[in-house]
Amino acid sequence: MLFYGTELSSRLMLGTAQYPSPEILADAVRAAQAGVVTVSLRRESAGLRAGQAFWSMIRDLGVPVLPNTAGCHTVKDAVTTAHMAREVFETDWIKLEVIGESDTLQPDMFALIEAARILTEDGFKVFPYMTEDLVGAERLLQAGCEVLMPWGAPIGSGKGLNNLFGLRALRAHFPDVPLVVDAGIGLPSHAAQAMELGYDAVLINTAVARAGDPAAMAAAFRLAVEAGRIARQADPMEERDMAVPSTPVLGRAVLA
Amino acid sequence: MAQSGSEHVGMPSGTRLRILVRGAGVSGLVTAVTLAERGADVTLAEIGSRVGSGASWMAGGMLAPWCEAESAPPEVTRQSVDSLDWWASHVPGVARNGSLVLAPPRDVGEIARFGRRTSHFQTLDGPGIAALEPDLGDRFGKGLFFPDEGHVDPRDALRALRDRLVDLGARVLFDAPPDGPDGGYDRVVDCTGIAARARLAGLRGVRGEMLLLRCSDVTLHRPVRMLHPRIPVYIVPRADHLFMVGATMVESENAGGMTVRSMVELLTAAYVLHPAFGEAEIVESGAGLRPAYPDNMPAVTVEGRTVYVNGMYRHGFLLSPARARQAADIVFGTGPGAA
Repeated sequence: MLFYGTELSSRLMLGTAQYPSPEILADAVRAAQAGVVTVSLRRESAGLRAGQAFWSMIRDLGVPVLPNTAGCHTVKDAVTTAHMAREVFETDWIKLEVIGESDTLQPDMFALIEAARILTEDGFKVFPYMTEDLVGAERLLQAGCEVLMPWGAPIGSGKGLNNLFGLRALRAHFPDVPLVVDAGIGLPSHAAQAMELGYDAVLINTAVARAGDPAAMAAAFRLAVEAGRIARQADPMEERDMAVPSTPVLGRAVLA
Repeated sequence: MAQSGSEHVGMPSGTRLRILVRGAGVSGLVTAVTLAERGADVTLAEIGSRVGSGASWMAGGMLAPWCEAESAPPEVTRQSVDSLDWWASHVPGVARNGSLVLAPPRDVGEIARFGRRTSHFQTLDGPGIAALEPDLGDRFGKGLFFPDEGHVDPRDALRALRDRLVDLGARVLFDAPPDGPDGGYDRVVDCTGIAARARLAGLRGVRGEMLLLRCSDVTLHRPVRMLHPRIPVYIVPRADHLFMVGATMVESENAGGMTVRSMVELLTAAYVLHPAFGEAEIVESGAGLRPAYPDNMPAVTVEGRTVYVNGMYRHGFLLSPARARQAADIVFGTGPGAA
């Protein structure tokens, strides 16, 4: 699967916020064998280049960087932050977040689509953080996005995949678009489930950063993503409402 | 262990080690006092015009070895359990009333998480919380109480250490030139925090913002940590109805004034703790840079004749006594890294 023409080394994307220390973050990125690390620019950039020390640590991880516009609430805010990110990280990739509601941090789909259109026209490769809304997804593709990143549940909530039907529908409608579950994953089993649904990657931050042992949890997510991916390719069995014994019942001595 | 200084201070000056300590923040003051108590002839030089012109002035002053284990490695707790005794024996006003950890009803799950990562606490129900802090009444249904912890007003404590240093016969110089004073010292101990960034590889600043509120309608006897998945905040009571509310943690080296967003977050937490904070006077808002190494742990390093004590991060008051002992061991040739 290509993300804007780039093959990632792994289907696990890792956020870089909230770790106990940069050293533990680096350990987690190694243990995850992350294909991408995301980094938030907004708060760190309170002053011109004021986050330089942290940013250079992120760059030194040797993993492709996907900057994000976390914390942006308006189109203008997000577009400005994206431009700053392009300059700081020398990449045209941007994970576009435009928050519409500050309690659930739910994406504002209307502002998101508008910002995606502006940024795409400006040469950005936009990874939009969205709800699992089908029509919104279609509009984002029309705006020029070639990747979609629906939420599983609100950011940092760890609730897993809240709307399985919606996520399945997205996968079924857009079989050729790279789909990434972004936000809400709390456990490796949630990540495996997303991969089993046929998603191309997952993005994790809080579940790793806030674990007691972030590096160990990162390794667990790496294995889960791999397990879910292999399972998907292995064509899982269908659920049934009746028991289907794996050995024949007829002819067993006990029933004679 | 720090030795009692009396038998050393009387030594003839010719045989005493002459030490220059740079930086009159918590790290420099504690190190200077420790060295002076062990018999060194200490000069403390500060380029600012008072004690605590850096991160220390913004500190919460919580002496909380066990609470810190929530996000810090176990070494922080191990190296700081005797920190309370050090402070209590060196400065007046150390409160040993423990500390309280609370969460708003919706985020009460955070308390379980905090409890799993820490030790030396009692679990409290609503009446238990009200018994400790009557003003919080029945506002909270569950909390953790860490009885062995304490707190100190960091600004008073820094001033008290300066006075103690003078009493020990040390020289304390303010508005000192950055490279001076020159005087053939046996050793230099550099405790200049983020100002040493250019000389110490890996050192970075982590921005923190704090507020001082005055509120005569609320009385607290101990620091309260308000857990929140996004915005964890602590409130530390000080004399004269003052409350310190802190502190943000931002990976930025911008030392400029507090942002509106941060102020809103800190004020919201205070208001959630008690609505009477809605009427509080905002006495001060401040921002500073915590010096931190990549593992967010302080380090004592040696380069030539200079010993660096730096990277205190958010543990300046908690870990300075242990790091000062380590630096003193090096200076006196009894510890690893001694020349």
